[in-house]
Amino acid sequence: MTPVLEVAGLGVSFGPVPAVRGVSFAVRRGEVLGIVGESGSGKSVTSAAIMGLLPPGATVTGSVRLHGRELIGARERDLTALRGRTMSMVFQDPLSALTPVYRVGDQVAEAIRVHQPVSREQAMVRAVDLLDLVGIPNAGQRALAFPHEFSGGMRQRAMIAMAIANDPDVIICDEPTTALDVTIQAQVLEVLKKAQRETGAAIVMITHDLGVVAGFADRVLVMYAGRVVEAGDVDDIYYRMRMPYTAGLLGSIPRIDQGGRPLVPIEGTPPSPVALPPGCPFAPRCPMRIEACVHGEPPLFDVDEGHRAACIRWEDVRPATLGEHPPPAPRPPRGGPVLRVDDLVKEFPLMRGSVFKRRVGTVHAVAGISFDIREGETLGLVGESGCGKTTTLLEILELTRPQRGRIVVLGHDTARLGAAERMAIRRDMQVVFQDPLASLDPRMTVYDLLAEPLRTHAKGDPGRRIGELLALVGLDPSHAARYPQDFSGGQRQRIGIARALALEPRLLVLDEPVSALDVSIQAGVINLLGSLRARLGLSYLFVAHDLAVVRHIADRVAVMYLGRIAEIGDVDAVYGTPMHPYTQALLSAIPLPDPARERSRRRILLEGDLPSPADPPSGCRFRTRCPKFRAELTGEQRVLCVDVEPEIRPLGVDQGAACHYAEKLEVV
Amino acid sequence: MAGFLARRLLNYLVLVVVASSLAYLLAASALDPRSNYADRTPKPPPAVVDAQLTALNLNDRTPLIQRYATWAAGVLHGDFGKSVTGTPVNDDLGRRAGVTARLVLLGLACGSLAGVLLGAYAAVRQYGWFDRLSAGLSFVVLAVPVVVLANTLILFGTWANENVFGRQVFLVSGEYSAGLDTGFWGSVLDRAQHLILPTVSLSLGLIAVFSRYQRNMMLDVLGADYVRTAMAKGLSRRQALIRHALRTALIPVATYFAFTFGTLLIGATFTEKIFGWHGLGEQLINSIFTNDVNTVAAISLLAAIAVLCASLAADLLHAALDPRVRAG
Amino acid sequence: MTLSEEELGEELIGARESRAPSRVRIVARRFFGSRQGRVGFAVLVLMFLLAFAGPMLSPWSYTDKDFTAFLQPPSAGHWFGTLQTGADVYAVTLRGMQKSLIVGLLAALVSTALAAVVGAFAGYFPGWPDRVLSWGVDLLLVLPAFLILAIMSPLFGAGKWVLFVIMLALFLWMVTSKIVRGMTISLKRREFIQAARFMGVPPVTIIFRHVIPNLSSLLIVDATLNVSAAILTETSLSYFGFGIQPPDVSFGTLIADGSRTAVYAPWTFWFVAGLLVITVLAVNLIGDSLRDAFDPTSTRPR
Ligand code: SF4
Ligand code: SF4
Repeated sequence: MTPVLEVAGLGVSFGPVPAVRGVSFAVRRGEVLGIVGESGSGKSVTSAAIMGLLPPGATVTGSVRLHGRELIGARERDLTALRGRTMSMVFQDPLSALTPVYRVGDQVAEAIRVHQPVSREQAMVRAVDLLDLVGIPNAGQRALAFPHEFSGGMRQRAMIAMAIANDPDVIICDEPTTALDVTIQAQVLEVLKKAQRETGAAIVMITHDLGVVAGFADRVLVMYAGRVVEAGDVDDIYYRMRMPYTAGLLGSIPRIDQGGRPLVPIEGTPPSPVALPPGCPFAPRCPMRIEACVHGEPPLFDVDEGHRAACIRWEDVRPATLGEHPPPAPRPPRGGPVLRVDDLVKEFPLMRGSVFKRRVGTVHAVAGISFDIREGETLGLVGESGCGKTTTLLEILELTRPQRGRIVVLGHDTARLGAAERMAIRRDMQVVFQDPLASLDPRMTVYDLLAEPLRTHAKGDPGRRIGELLALVGLDPSHAARYPQDFSGGQRQRIGIARALALEPRLLVLDEPVSALDVSIQAGVINLLGSLRARLGLSYLFVAHDLAVVRHIADRVAVMYLGRIAEIGDVDAVYGTPMHPYTQALLSAIPLPDPARERSRRRILLEGDLPSPADPPSGCRFRTRCPKFRAELTGEQRVLCVDVEPEIRPLGVDQGAACHYAEKLEVV
Repeated sequence: MAGFLARRLLNYLVLVVVASSLAYLLAASALDPRSNYADRTPKPPPAVVDAQLTALNLNDRTPLIQRYATWAAGVLHGDFGKSVTGTPVNDDLGRRAGVTARLVLLGLACGSLAGVLLGAYAAVRQYGWFDRLSAGLSFVVLAVPVVVLANTLILFGTWANENVFGRQVFLVSGEYSAGLDTGFWGSVLDRAQHLILPTVSLSLGLIAVFSRYQRNMMLDVLGADYVRTAMAKGLSRRQALIRHALRTALIPVATYFAFTFGTLLIGATFTEKIFGWHGLGEQLINSIFTNDVNTVAAISLLAAIAVLCASLAADLLHAALDPRVRAG
Repeated sequence: MTLSEEELGEELIGARESRAPSRVRIVARRFFGSRQGRVGFAVLVLMFLLAFAGPMLSPWSYTDKDFTAFLQPPSAGHWFGTLQTGADVYAVTLRGMQKSLIVGLLAALVSTALAAVVGAFAGYFPGWPDRVLSWGVDLLLVLPAFLILAIMSPLFGAGKWVLFVIMLALFLWMVTSKIVRGMTISLKRREFIQAARFMGVPPVTIIFRHVIPNLSSLLIVDATLNVSAAILTETSLSYFGFGIQPPDVSFGTLIADGSRTAVYAPWTFWFVAGLLVITVLAVNLIGDSLRDAFDPTSTRPR
């Protein structure tokens, strides 16, 4: 079969800076090609170059053939005729990818009318059909809604509807699920599979997530520094990789099925395209580097049937040994509680409209949650967006009397704090935020940043302590005079951690501390947090949406859903045998970077979106989406779910779930 | 919605009351109507002056609070008091407001429309000759105060009448020629001739401001994801820009409109005065010179209402353009 | 602390200080790298030189009257011609320019400072401080500035131009302060402000240490543009006699006089008007280039 899309020697540069260097691949009808790479690897630029949607100022070389027709250098008019018809694209951020001022249905219909001579009405009918096909409930009505009235998952479905509107032969998906929660990601991936079945199109799936492609792609391309460094069948890439970078990536990913394994970070950071190292671009970070590596860039060697790798030592590359699961280290005896949250409630007024602002209801962001953290312990607070985890964290950090319930930090009830006590707690409890660049004042040097807590709490001359702190988090103390923007993402987060440690706190609150980082860098920060905890006897409240990361760092985990804790307990217990249907669905939705297991796994798909926290369902908040409620329970049993809100019941040594019918189930 | 609107209007009402009261109090204490009598010949006896001033509620020997109370009570009944010459302030107000409104609305319409179009085109052709030229011109226009611009236009108009047309094409004084008898079309033409230069004087600045602003807004959305989506759908660049980018970039410009309105009123004041239009602006300037406290206060009140109406209109426009802010 | 540690500390501080001006230098480089910025700056410097050193070149001072030359066109004796009163246009114009420049600079400085502080406080403290401050701003926006200044003009008698500057500043800051308030609200949500808050840094310190410095580029650009706004407002007010009062002269008073005689004595109008436009244009060019220089994302080909 001839390929639908053939890319050969594609190069893109912005001025003198090369972004993509000699990328070649081909996809056939019905095939899924995954392109994997970290930020800056050139994967998104590649997709834009294929579509001919590069910003002005980019120079493209090489060849892109669609059905044998050359696209590079083709007339704009011809490209316009092909775009959206023969090849279409799904973008990453569905909020900004839809025009905010037009109705969703009209935008889908527009895609049809551009290429097909149909009337406005016919196009609209077809648009509604398409929206129905991609699983938008009540499509006829929802087609009249504006993009901001859609949830992220719904918007992405609409994007897919638009992409398949003209039965394209190639669909390019640029990180289509990155902005979505895992359970929604699972839904959208299903929709993509369905769309592919319907249209028989070839799909090029661009992502940074090795898990997403494992179960979806037939073949995988790994990109690094603007080049393809390894290409092959999905099993070749995951089980028989021949490139140290691929091996390193797979070794650094935290996985929900492997808790005790220490992560192996890849040292250093990806090279800047402005200053590529000589020879193999991965050489500065490669554990297998030899003299010869820096003498010229290695070509793609054919290592096997359809498997190519750009490494001169490909014969020696072995999958990173995952090692034996070491027996779980005996936990240090737990001390007294450093943080206790009792029946915490936080409600916001729900405002509508920015011009005609008015209150239309109450958002029950946190609706009565309780947990505690003991000295030296790490509690992971996980959940999808909108579950109330961030609100909980901010409530704790505010150190004021909560609307209801009690927060006790380091033995002090926040409702009865004097100014001096509050200041003392501010010293002993520190926070690390998600986005390291946003959490460091861009106008201050690292020295000033680290000195700020010390000066605020009058800790004498900060000079010496700052050197110590930088060394502690693995940074060069002589860099204190630099500004945050001079550092890479991982280094910045280390600065953030150093600042949090400046006052020798006892409790560290971490808000998604690694989710803004690339995987190869993430692992290093996770390991750092682990070793700091052991050395300094810290306790962590670790808020995250990534369950795999939490598995690696936390001792206990609390899963939140719509303002309540669904399940709480020991990490191994909760991940090994989740009891709450939500936890089960959540864990089963997380893709594993393991193609064989992905293919055999049963996925529990949740239907629909998160209900509005302004109007949660009666009884059990999860019942509108609960697969158990829908499929397994009898009418009689359901009554209980509808009428009575379940409280957390202890169901194991250290495991409890807020479900009337909780049972253990292995899903990972 | 109704409750919200009511609250908003109430807030506006309070603002108008406070603003106009402040204006009255300021005017009553800063202006000195008594001095109008000082250089009359023969100088009227102080008692007569006092009596007259008291009759007009302008006597500075009456406590300010008392004068204010009298004025406020009158305003509540729709009576703005008497001018220094003894005629009721209300008399002329409506007609003059009409004159000003015509000038302002026309200037606004021309200015914003032309500005938006020019700005959008400049953004699409970023760094092209049109972009550079329009940028240069708007910088120059923004550097020219209305008083200079208006006077320059008058000089230009008189020059063009003499040297280019050889007859009176641009009429630079007043709103229409008095005692003209040329039928309906004749008077329309006459009015148009009077209208051109003041409108240009008023809208040039607006065009400059709006085109710069629209250009920047447009550049912001040119790189937006949804423009890329539109092109990925198969729309040509031009279609994507017009249908998706321009439409979205109009939204912030609508809000910007409210900010420019105050400036516009001031510009109208100067334009009226210089072109001899008998509008509120001209009256305001005159009444300050004649220490006419009540007229000044009345005009301030109208100006405050106009500014608030503009801000309400901008909000409504914003809501009409942007489904995200509409109460859903 | 041992000596070496002290040294380390000093070294760090020293290094920091040597590093600190680099941002200023980057902005300056970008600014002077743009033709627009260079031209604007050069012209403005020239204007200042002209205004303050120019009068020394001419034998006439602005108070002199040449009773042999009334309303004469430019000549070797009177470079810009003379007025009806026999005053030398060159001397008078430069005198007016001095006053206008000083008024513009001072008013811009005061109004930007006011805008920064009021806007930042209103944005940082939601609740009643915000409501009170925002309401005050709205009130001032509802009362057209021109009107108030005009009403108060009888108070700016001769020589009281400082009062005039303050009043002028008082009516220029509202829009900026609204922008500052909006940016403060979004800045307050930014994590580095949260981080400072949760570290225990007092709010007022946060405003002056984190909020206002992070708005500095906006404020500097705005201050520049306020200079031109102030000059323009001053001109318009003085044109109608509501601003600078005689015997002081400014651009506005000169243009008012000149426009009356412009038809038959163009030199009385065009020199002043031209200088005014050039000055304001230069200031605007500087402001625009500064905005680009501060904005790290702008990639304008120069
Ligand atoms: S060529 Fe050398 S440096 Fe590059 S990946 Fe292979 S072993 Fe590592
Ligand atoms: S209580 Fe009922 S609805 Fe809720 S999770 Fe359990 S089974 Fe599902």
